[in-house]
Amino acid sequence: MINEAEPPLSLQALQAGDRAEFARLVEVYSTPIYRLALKMLAREQDAEDVLQNTFLKALQHIREFEGRSSLSTWLYRIAANEALMLLRRKRPEVSIDEEASEAEESLPLPEQFTDWCCLPEQEFATTEARRQLDQAIQKLPEKLRVVFLLRDIEGLSIKETGEVLNLTETAVKTRLLRARLALREHLAAYFSERLLSET
Amino acid sequence: MPSHLHTHDISCQELLASIGDYVEGDLAPELCREIERHLAECEHCRVVVDTLNKTITLYHASAHEIILPDDVRGRLYYVLKLDDLRPKRP
Repeated sequence: MINEAEPPLSLQALQAGDRAEFARLVEVYSTPIYRLALKMLAREQDAEDVLQNTFLKALQHIREFEGRSSLSTWLYRIAANEALMLLRRKRPEVSIDEEASEAEESLPLPEQFTDWCCLPEQEFATTEARRQLDQAIQKLPEKLRVVFLLRDIEGLSIKETGEVLNLTETAVKTRLLRARLALREHLAAYFSERLLSET
Repeated sequence: MPSHLHTHDISCQELLASIGDYVEGDLAPELCREIERHLAECEHCRVVVDTLNKTITLYHASAHEIILPDDVRGRLYYVLKLDDLRPKRP
C-alpha cells in the first residue's frame, strides 16, 4: 500500500547522502512502516520505536544497499526484523514454541459455517467490527501475523513477502492461508452473532 | 468439515489445501473448475470460501485507516535530523 512519489526516488542520491532525497524516502514510506509496526505490536509507543529505528538503520546502511530487492522490500525487512525483535524481547517463550511446532502442523479445519457475507455493509464499518478485526490480528502467532500484514494489508506480492522475511514462496503461501483461515474463524464468530441479532 | 460431503471429484480436505491458491487466482484452470464444481454442491465449502474472501476484502479496505500521526511524524524527522526538510501536510 505504498504510493511512490513522483519522480521515483534516486538510489544514487540517497547513497550520496542527499538529505532532501532521504526526506522524500521518509515521506513515502513512513506511514506504511508505522502501520505495519502498529498492527504487529498493537502499542503506539512500540510502533513509533520501530518506525524511528527502521529509518535510523536505513540512513546508517543505505550505502550498503545493493539494489537486489526494491527499496520498499529492504525497508519492510528492516521494519519487520525490528518488530519481531521487540516482540521476542517481550515474549521470548512464544516464538520458540511456535518455531518448534511449525513443520508438523496440519491445516486447521474450519469450524464456522454461517454465511455472514449478507450482513448490511454498515455492520462491517462499526467501531466494534473494527476492534474485532484488530483483535483477530493480535491473536495470530507472530510468524503468521507478519506474513498476513505484508501480503494483505501492505499489498506486497507473495514473492516480495518471501524476500522481506527470507521465506520460500511455499512457506509464505502456507502461513498466509493459516492466517486467513484463523482470521475468518474469529470474524465468523463475531459476525454470526450479529447476523443472529439481525433476525 | 462433515465427512458425508467427501463424495465430490475433490474432497473438502483437498479443497481446503488449494483454497489459498484459489482465492489468489493462482490455480490451473482445470483444478479451478473442479473446485467450482465442488462449491456448487457443497454448502459448507461455499460458505468457507465466500467468508474467506469477505475476510480478505474487509482487511484490504481497512488498510488505509491508519495514517502517521503528526506528532509521531514530527519526532521522526527530528531524530533523523531532517526537521528543516519536513514537508507541511495540507
